[in-house]
Formats: sequence, C-alpha cells, structure tokens
Amino acid sequence: MSVVAQDVADDRDDDAIVAPTARWRRAARWLRRNPVSAAAIVVIGLLVFIAVFAPVLEPYKPDVPDPMAVLKPPSWAHPLGTDGFGRDVLSRIIDATTLDLSIALAATLVALSIGMVVGALSGYRGGWVDLIVLRLVDVLMAFPAFVLAMGITAALGNSIANVAIALSMTQLPAYIRLVRGEMLRVRTLEYAEAAVSIGNPSWRVALVHLLPNCLPPLTVQATLAMGYAVLTMASLSFIGLGIAPPQSEWGSMTADGATYMSTGEWWLFVFPGVAIVVTVLAFNLVGDALRDLLDPRLRGTR
Amino acid sequence: MSFVSVRGLDKHFPVRGAGWLSRRNRPAPVVRAVDGISFDIDRGRTLGLVGESGCGKSTVARCVTRLLAPSAGTIRIGDKQLDRLEGEPLRAARRDVQMVFQDPLAALNPRMSVERAVSEPLRLHTTLSPAEQRERVREILTEVGLRTDVMGRYPHELSGGQRQRVNIARALACAPSFVVLDEPTSALDVSLRARVILMLEELRERLGLTYLFISHDLATVKYLAQRVVVMYLGTVVEEADTDELFAHPRHPYTRALLAAVPVPDPKVRGEPFVLSGEIPSPLERHEGCPLRSRCPMASAICAQPVVPREVSPGHVVACHFA
Repeated sequence: MSVVAQDVADDRDDDAIVAPTARWRRAARWLRRNPVSAAAIVVIGLLVFIAVFAPVLEPYKPDVPDPMAVLKPPSWAHPLGTDGFGRDVLSRIIDATTLDLSIALAATLVALSIGMVVGALSGYRGGWVDLIVLRLVDVLMAFPAFVLAMGITAALGNSIANVAIALSMTQLPAYIRLVRGEMLRVRTLEYAEAAVSIGNPSWRVALVHLLPNCLPPLTVQATLAMGYAVLTMASLSFIGLGIAPPQSEWGSMTADGATYMSTGEWWLFVFPGVAIVVTVLAFNLVGDALRDLLDPRLRGTR
Repeated sequence: MSFVSVRGLDKHFPVRGAGWLSRRNRPAPVVRAVDGISFDIDRGRTLGLVGESGCGKSTVARCVTRLLAPSAGTIRIGDKQLDRLEGEPLRAARRDVQMVFQDPLAALNPRMSVERAVSEPLRLHTTLSPAEQRERVREILTEVGLRTDVMGRYPHELSGGQRQRVNIARALACAPSFVVLDEPTSALDVSLRARVILMLEELRERLGLTYLFISHDLATVKYLAQRVVVMYLGTVVEEADTDELFAHPRHPYTRALLAAVPVPDPKVRGEPFVLSGEIPSPLERHEGCPLRSRCPMASAICAQPVVPREVSPGHVVACHFA
C-alpha cells in the first residue's frame, strides 16, 4: 500500500483558511469603526467621478468669458460666483479636477514604476550599484521637495509634461529608499534562496519574486504622495511656475483670486483653496488609514 | 566513479563590523563555517550529514547547491563542475540540482499559488506549453501525495505537511538527479515527519534520485541514509556506512550524539557519554582536535593536528584515539 496516498485526507487541518469573503467583511467592519477614513475614501471616489465626467458636470464652459457676468458673487446662476473675466468658478474648479488629479496620478505612477525597479535592483544587487543609486538619491533628497520642483519647471519650462516630471522627481527618492529597504529585508528570506535554487535569473528573483512582497508600504507612500503632488502642483502654479493660464488649475485660480483679496471678492480664492485642502486631506487620511491597516503595530500612533 | 563528489570544500565568512581602523593591523577575521569537507555519493544513494546546529551543515548544503560560492574546493555533480560555473551555465545547471528547505512556509513565496510555484521550474527550464506545464504540475502533485485541488491555494492556506509536499513537488518538477534535503522534517509535526520521510524514500526509489540528507535527527538518518558523515565545527569527524556507524561509533563526538538519543527500553542503560561545555566560537582558530575542549577523553596529544584515518574499510575517523 502506498504511504503517499494515505494522508491526503488527514493532512489539511492545522491552519485556518482565511476566505476572501471574510476579508471583505473585516474591511467593512473596519470602515464602520473609522468613519473619517470612510468619508475620505468617499471624497476620493467623488473627486475621481468629477474628474472623469467633468465636461458633463460643468454648468458653463470653463474658459469662455462672459462680459455680462464679471465678478459676480455666488448665486443660483453661478453657485460659486464668477471671476474677473466672467468665467464660472464652479465650472473652472470642476475642469481643473481632471487636470490636477491626472497630473498627480501620472507623476505618482511614473515615479512609482521607476522607483520600484531601481530600488529593487539596487537593494537586491547591493555593492557598487547600490552605492551609486543611494548617492544619487541623497542628491535628490538634499533639495527641499518644493525647491526641486521649482528648479525643474524653471529649467524645463512650465508645460504640463514638465510639471509632471518635476512632481515625479520629488517623489522618486522616497520610493527608491522604501523599496530598497524592503528588498534588504526580503532578500534574506528563504523563499528568495528557494527562487535562486529553482533556477531563476537574478532579475527575476528581484522583480518577480521579491518586489511584489515589498509593495504594501509603497501603497501608503503613493497615496500620501498623491496629496503632496496636488499640493506641490498648486503651489507651483500659485507662484507662476506651474500650469499656465488660461488653463484652469486650482493653484493658479487661487493665485488669481488672491489679487482680489483686498477688494472683497472672497469666492475667487476660497473655493479653489477649499478644493485643494479637501483633496490633500482626503489622500492623507486614506494614506494614514492604509498604513494603520497594513502595519497594526503603528495603529493609534500618529 | 561516484555521482556526486565534493573535495576540500571550504566556506569562510568574513566577520563584519571589525572597523576599518583595526583592519589595517591584522587580516580580516573569518568564520570558518566549513573547513575542508570531502564526501562522495553514489548514484541513487543517500548520504546523511549529521551534526548539532551551528556545525556548518546548512552551509555545506548551500555550497553544494551553489546558493553560496565556496571559498575553496571542488564540487562535481554528474559531469558538471558546479564550483566553476557562474551566470547562465550555473542557472541552467540548477535544473539537475535541487534543494528542499527546512522551513516549508518560509521557502514558499506568499504571493504565489501552488500551481505557479510548482510550474515555475518548468517555465524556467523547459519549453513545455502552459497546458503541458499544468498537466505536469498535476502529475507531480499527485506524486507527492497532494490532491490537485490545492493548485489554486496560497501557502498560508495550506497545512504544514502540505506546504512541505509543495516544496518537494517544486524541487522535483524538472526531474532533477540530485536533491539536497536540508532538515526537511524538522519544522513539521512529529506525526507528519514519518510520512514525509517515507514519501521521500519512496520517491528516491521510484525516480532514481540521489539525496544529500541533512539532519540532526539520527533516527531518520539511520532510516534514509546508506552512508553517514558526522560534522563538528565545520569539519568531518567521522564517516562510515550507516550500519557500521551506528554499531561501532569510534569518534567521541559521534558516541555523544548517539548517547543523546533516548532508548525506548527502560532496562537498557547506555553508558553515559556526555560532552561538557559549549561549542567553541568558530572564530577561534583551532590547531588540534576541534573537540578537545569538550571531550572526556582529551589529553595532551589532542593539541596536535588530527589526520583522519581509515579504521576499517570505508570507516574514517578523525581522532587520535580511534
């Protein structure tokens, strides 16, 4: 009789199996206990919805001036008022959502993909590759993020693509360091050795086997970075180094509105400012929530 | 000619953290984890490698499978000179030389399903189509006593025994000729150990595998191995055929290991043969017999270097008193 066949049935007991439905139920319970995080997720969902359906949602054309309705305060016709050219502020804020979110997302994705691969190979290979990568990262990190972004847009010119490049450069060092650090941890694990012994080339060990296991902390960083990207882009536009008018953008709208601050047209800078605050706050809250979920040891700390 | 041949294997690890100031004056200190090990394994046979933890058993395993580059010595498996291979030829050579790790959960990628884990070697070393790979995965899973419905599961969803079976299936997927088993049962429940051991033996017979079986569990070594090498502090202290070694252990260290195995009969009183003290630090350079600080038989001659001697045909002992 074969011993092999014998224990098929009784060899499947000592560990509980976590079914996927149970995981969803746990997530739902967690959200009920954390209404602020839940609200932040809803806000982000809403922002994405607005960004996608902006042309449908805008009550007016965002860049068509109306000489008959210049500097009107909020009313039923213009819920958030109109600006100095008679353009509808609500429409411009909605229009800007598409631009702000997509640039922030593009910048984050680009930085994330470069940072992941560079950090993974640097951490896995070690040696002189790692040394050079780390010194380059140090150079990037020596600049305050905003100064770096300013420098890049000032040098390359303030097109949409250049703003995205500037934003991703400010994010890059964090991803590289995070992935590299995680890589140093996971490459000593037994399954890394097992992957080598099974005959994987080293790039496959690093990118296929180990990188996916380095990602959880990156999702936190990337979510937080989305918020910072929106903020940095708005700041760049505010000082005139970001998105150029007449394209509507929250930062440049705030800058535009700031010139009316002394004359009392408050809706011009308050509403775009609120859009920035709400977006940045939502991403930060979701980032924090993700961190709490992924690392229970940090739960409750700020 | 034997199938596997290891000659004069050394693995020295540099000790980090000595500081660059002190490094100027003397050579960098090294840990001699493996210090001049040699052994042969005939095709289709099992060599047991025993010794207490920290004696360098796992380092030998990792050198033989080239997860570590040996500091010196030669490793020949079949017609491949493994110690000389690097890069792509080494990667290709891994098809024939596989390893089963000690901790079955740690050795599996938590994000890979059983099917992916077991089919990966096929992807890397063969040109089978995805459908053929799937078929081969089913075949090998059945071979190691798993039902094919575990294919979609992830390591955390398996029991300890199932995990180790997946690791064994993964190692055997490409039909290697030589498998290093690094304490494959020490992380398992006692109740599962015997079954996995029996399965390994059955697979060896059926597939004509050659094993290097590493363990500190003498009972399983006695069952699986035809020949045994006893290691202490990175060196071989005794080597003999299994029956001979268990019947006539000559080295004090082997005798101490055997005396430590509990005998299930209360009437049998083995002579108490105990070593005193702890394993000395592998950092210290031992001139004479490495065991002399702990050995009950130690005398002045033990400070002299020991030359292994063949006390009877095929039975080699590294002790002045053997």
